[in-house]
Amino acid sequence: MLDTTQTLLTERTMSKDIKISAKGVDVFYGDTHAIKNVDLEIENKAVTAFIGPSGCGKSTFLRCINRMNDTIDICRVTGDILLEGQDIYAKSVDPVQLRARVGMVFQKPNPFPKSIYDNVAYGPTIHGLAKNKAELDEIVEQSLRRAAIWDEVKDRLHQPGTGLSGGQQQRLCIGRAIATAPEVLLMDEPCSALDPIATAQVEELIDDLRQNYTVVIVTHSMQQAARVSQKTAFFHLGNVVEYGDTNKIFTNPEDSRTESYITGRIG
Amino acid sequence: MLTLTFFAILALALAFFVIGRSRAVAVVHGDVRLLHSRPNFHGILALLLSAICGIAVLLLLGTMGAVWIETHLLSAILSAQPDMSPIEAELVLSDARALASGGIASKSDPLRLEIAQQVARLGALHHWGTVIVSLVATLVAGLWALGKISSDWRARNRSETIIRRILMLTAAIAVLTTVGIVLSLIFETINFFNNIDWQVHKFLFGTTWSPLSGVQAGKLDPDKVGAVPLFAGTLMITVIAMLVAVPVGLFSAVYLSDFASPRVRAWAKPMLELLAGIPTVVYGFFAAITLAPFIRNSGEAIGLTIASESALAAGIVMGIMIIPFISSLSDDVINAVPQSLRDGSYGLGATKAETIRQVVLPAALPGIVSAVLLGVSRAVGETMIVVMAAGQGANLTANPLEAVTTVTVQIVMLITGDTEASTAAGPAFTLGFTLFCVTLLMNIAAQRVVRKYRELYD
Ligand SMILES: Nc1ncnc2c1ncn2[C@@H]1O[C@H](COP(=O)(O)OP(=O)(O)OP(=O)(O)O)[C@@H](O)[C@H]1O
Ligand SMILES: [Mg+2]
Repeated sequence: MLDTTQTLLTERTMSKDIKISAKGVDVFYGDTHAIKNVDLEIENKAVTAFIGPSGCGKSTFLRCINRMNDTIDICRVTGDILLEGQDIYAKSVDPVQLRARVGMVFQKPNPFPKSIYDNVAYGPTIHGLAKNKAELDEIVEQSLRRAAIWDEVKDRLHQPGTGLSGGQQQRLCIGRAIATAPEVLLMDEPCSALDPIATAQVEELIDDLRQNYTVVIVTHSMQQAARVSQKTAFFHLGNVVEYGDTNKIFTNPEDSRTESYITGRIG
Repeated sequence: MLTLTFFAILALALAFFVIGRSRAVAVVHGDVRLLHSRPNFHGILALLLSAICGIAVLLLLGTMGAVWIETHLLSAILSAQPDMSPIEAELVLSDARALASGGIASKSDPLRLEIAQQVARLGALHHWGTVIVSLVATLVAGLWALGKISSDWRARNRSETIIRRILMLTAAIAVLTTVGIVLSLIFETINFFNNIDWQVHKFLFGTTWSPLSGVQAGKLDPDKVGAVPLFAGTLMITVIAMLVAVPVGLFSAVYLSDFASPRVRAWAKPMLELLAGIPTVVYGFFAAITLAPFIRNSGEAIGLTIASESALAAGIVMGIMIIPFISSLSDDVINAVPQSLRDGSYGLGATKAETIRQVVLPAALPGIVSAVLLGVSRAVGETMIVVMAAGQGANLTANPLEAVTTVTVQIVMLITGDTEASTAAGPAFTLGFTLFCVTLLMNIAAQRVVRKYRELYD
């Protein structure tokens, strides 16, 4: 019985192509063991949700995927994370290039102290994505449109991005991340500062992004995870307790801890 | 004795604090929740009231009493000998004081002896009166405060009001001192301009500075008080100093905050700050004895004749002196730029250099601007290095290899020179006032800039 589920699972994962695959990943902050031997395969052009109680390591694992943990001195990552089969922690990999391919939206909106336009143009400019001003304008407009904020800011593009409301800032940050045209977009609770309307817009955007990008999203909202994701990983105390199709996790979880979390009994 | 009284008042006040506190507890039989103010506030109120009353009486009686005694004695002398001039009367009084304290007087006639007796009597009276009355005032105020203690006595509000007043008073002292200094500068400046018959343009735009060479009967020669060379010298040295200090200071701040490992940072930052602790005299003789000859020798090696005192040497050393100000302050503001901004930039695939140049530095700009301005005002006000390394001759030149002088150096020369103080003070105060105006304008301009950026980025 167990064997057949195993083969079924393997077949299913084999049938889709895998964008990111983590094998035996451990993360330490000094002596804190934040991620414990995690194996995870993230599908290409799909939305994967990370759920789990606060402090269980969702953000930490997310940050491993584009090596943002490099900026934390005390953080140590072991194990392998492969992006399209290539080990991103290999010596030959430049984290700067990696992060251009794997973009990130943070939990707290962090617009740069620049104009709205310059915020979005920042990534495309440093990566030379636009040949001229007209192209750059186009990228900025498209990104802001996709981030569902264009209408609100089109008349004030040259005012500071820090002058926007929290929710607008977050959508600006999403637009900024899309403008760099990454292959993978990591989003750490992108909607925690948004009202329901903006949240719905961002969720629509995430659904839309799935056509071209691989999206990994951390969320505390079960409904959101159920709505936007195809795959869900449940983190608990640094372990991935359960990982599989979102439908399956939310309707028929295998692990009792998953069940109690999604029904609201732990976390 | 009066000092002793002062401490006695403080001790009494402390005692009132302790008594007040326990009394407050006692009136509600230990249930402090019934009190409007916590026991400590009752104690503090008793302490403040008794100390303030005591010290105020002590100061008032101490000073006013002395003044009253003086006028009383002088009038006593004059009524005994009506034809005496006031100055003679004062002489008699000071002789009498000397006699009273067993010193040597110029003469000892019956009048002096009589006054000396009065001095001794009144002095003792005044002394003991002050001591006793101020102690009594302390006691009365403290006992009054103790008597007021009850469950709904608003000791907290009252003591907070008193403390607020005290804070206001100290703030007022700081402000009034500043106002006083500025006013005295203004008066001396007006005197000086009077002295040169209000030919203000000669001071502001004249190019010859030699104010003491043309003095005739206390009158200055308006053609020799042109301050342009001094301000030009100040400007040149400041510019050279900032050319050294800003790049080095800013880059070292960037290195320390974003590139250095914690270990390097741990020793490099204190080392840099150590530079700020070196007295400027030391910088001065370093400039004069080491750097200036070095510059002259290297100039000679390529066929340039360079004065042994040069603006360049002074400016460079002054720049070195200012580095720690700029680097330390900039380091603080760069560190204050939230990590989340850096993360946002890294997350978009920016390199460290791009992040610093395009995100961190713009965000830190207001702080960096004020750091640089602090550096500029240090440079403008610095004297010691210039005295030793840049020379004293008021030379109007654009060549940094020649000797120049600065405003502050000339002020020193005027005040420490052997010309009569009343003549030298005019030009010195006027220079000081002009310098004050220049730095004030600079600060205002800088604050405008900073505010504009704040609005943009906060
Ligand atoms: N910079 C850091 N330094 C030290 N410990 C850290 C750091 N960041 C995270 N940790 C620790 O790692 C563990 C996992 O943290 P993480 O931020 O990944 O949790 P999370 O699942 O994202 O929680 P939340 O849902 O509240 O965002 C926590 O125990 C946390 O205390
Ligand atoms: Mg988190």
